[in-house]
Amino acid sequence: MMLIACPHCGPRAHVEFSYARTMDAVLPLDATPAEASHILYQRENPRGPSDELWRHTFGCGSWLRVRRNTATHELIEVAPWPPAKAAP
Amino acid sequence: MGFGGFGEPRDGVEGLRRFSALALLRAGLEGQKRWRSHWRAPEPRKHYDVIVIGGGGHGLATAYYLARTHGVRSVAVLEKAWIGGGNTGRNTTIVRSNYRQPQLQRLLEFSLKTWETLSDELNYNLMFSQRGALFLGHSDADMVKLAERGDSLRCAGIDAELMTRERVAALAPCLNLSPDARFPILGGLIQKRGGTARHDAVAWGYARAADALGVDVIQNCEVTGFALTGGRVTGVVTTRGDIGAGRVGICVAGNSGVVAGLAGLKLPIESHLLQAFVSEPIKPMLDTVIMSQSIHAYISQSDKGEMVVGGDPDHYPSYAQSGSPHRIEEVAAQAISLIPAMSRLRMLRCWAGTTDMSFDGSPIIGPTPIDGLYLNGGWCYGGFKATPGSGRLYAHLLATGVSHEIAAPFALDRFDRGATIDEAGAGPAPQAR
Repeated sequence: MMLIACPHCGPRAHVEFSYARTMDAVLPLDATPAEASHILYQRENPRGPSDELWRHTFGCGSWLRVRRNTATHELIEVAPWPPAKAAP
Repeated sequence: MGFGGFGEPRDGVEGLRRFSALALLRAGLEGQKRWRSHWRAPEPRKHYDVIVIGGGGHGLATAYYLARTHGVRSVAVLEKAWIGGGNTGRNTTIVRSNYRQPQLQRLLEFSLKTWETLSDELNYNLMFSQRGALFLGHSDADMVKLAERGDSLRCAGIDAELMTRERVAALAPCLNLSPDARFPILGGLIQKRGGTARHDAVAWGYARAADALGVDVIQNCEVTGFALTGGRVTGVVTTRGDIGAGRVGICVAGNSGVVAGLAGLKLPIESHLLQAFVSEPIKPMLDTVIMSQSIHAYISQSDKGEMVVGGDPDHYPSYAQSGSPHRIEEVAAQAISLIPAMSRLRMLRCWAGTTDMSFDGSPIIGPTPIDGLYLNGGWCYGGFKATPGSGRLYAHLLATGVSHEIAAPFALDRFDRGATIDEAGAGPAPQAR
């Protein structure tokens, strides 16, 4: 069981969260078919630190960028996604 | 001194010691002291015609069929730890061929037919038991889906029988057949030729038979890189030195992405965890395999008496071979809702395997963009049942360089061509079921 520190809600059990995809597999809306195929199907699938898109589905509902070690389940960083814009 | 004609050295290779009732009896009279190791522990040679990376069931089967069917005797299987220690030893041992997509039906029926004579062929008791594999239907919609699947199977010449609730009750009276059940049972679809096999024995039987044909099964030998010359693979770098090869076959499901990554390849695969559980052993109460695709549960009873239970994967990428406790609770709840008597059982062990989840739910068998390098992986959590067929087809590919017609639809480039084989109709994503 992983304890994921939601930036909005604090540490919560990972059953409240759902994994969406790795960050490099987020498809831009203007991708060409070749780019889309490349992004969807050619995966790093790292054994070790991996940047992933998660959602606090059964909590606040926010999208999160989670850096996580896939070999040890260590949570390295949890940040809001998309990143907050700098104040003007 | 020889031992009754079995186990005699043959061409410098230790001969296959044939098991039989008589051999067991004679060895018993001598205190069971004469049995030799089932396979040698050879030092890696400088070069092999074919190297298979991965000493699981699929890799060992591939090596066996390379030697047996294709006469390729200069073969090594390189295993980073011990043979059969990955997903081969971690699955729920179910064998069946009742899929819906015609390509998968052909592949798994080819495999099931091989299972049916495999113990005899390998002279090794795989405890292959065709006790039937029964899908439960919990709603009218389920029953329509099962009927459709049964029709599709029978059109393909694969056995399938739709069962009424009464027939399911007669077959497995331990099921919760109450109309008030959490998952009421309206009927089922059975493949009577389906069943289970002893998973470890599959690895051991293939290793022993391949070894007897001269294949080097090399354990504790991890591949850490590939030797590439002008876009062609010429060997592998391992923890036990460099080994040259004419062709190299990756067969490391769970870690396909890691090993292919050593050659600079990226695959349409994510590695996820699948957990399984066994209870304490009890007297026989279930003599068929119970499956429910609607709630995703797999339940059978091993010959030792343990209830073997599986369910959903953990739904996030991981190589940890250790899953989350919430899945244990879910799978236990499902098992108890189907078989209430299981609520009194203590679970003995739970474990997780790292599975190659491909992006259409189907395996990949075919060449890679690198000459001489081939891939067999992406089996999701359906690899065990396919072991013999996968080995035969991969051996064909590694021996000839050309895919067998049954394996051809499973080529790696199908994703770019838009020719995915999507059993669940849920791609492109690492398939959940």
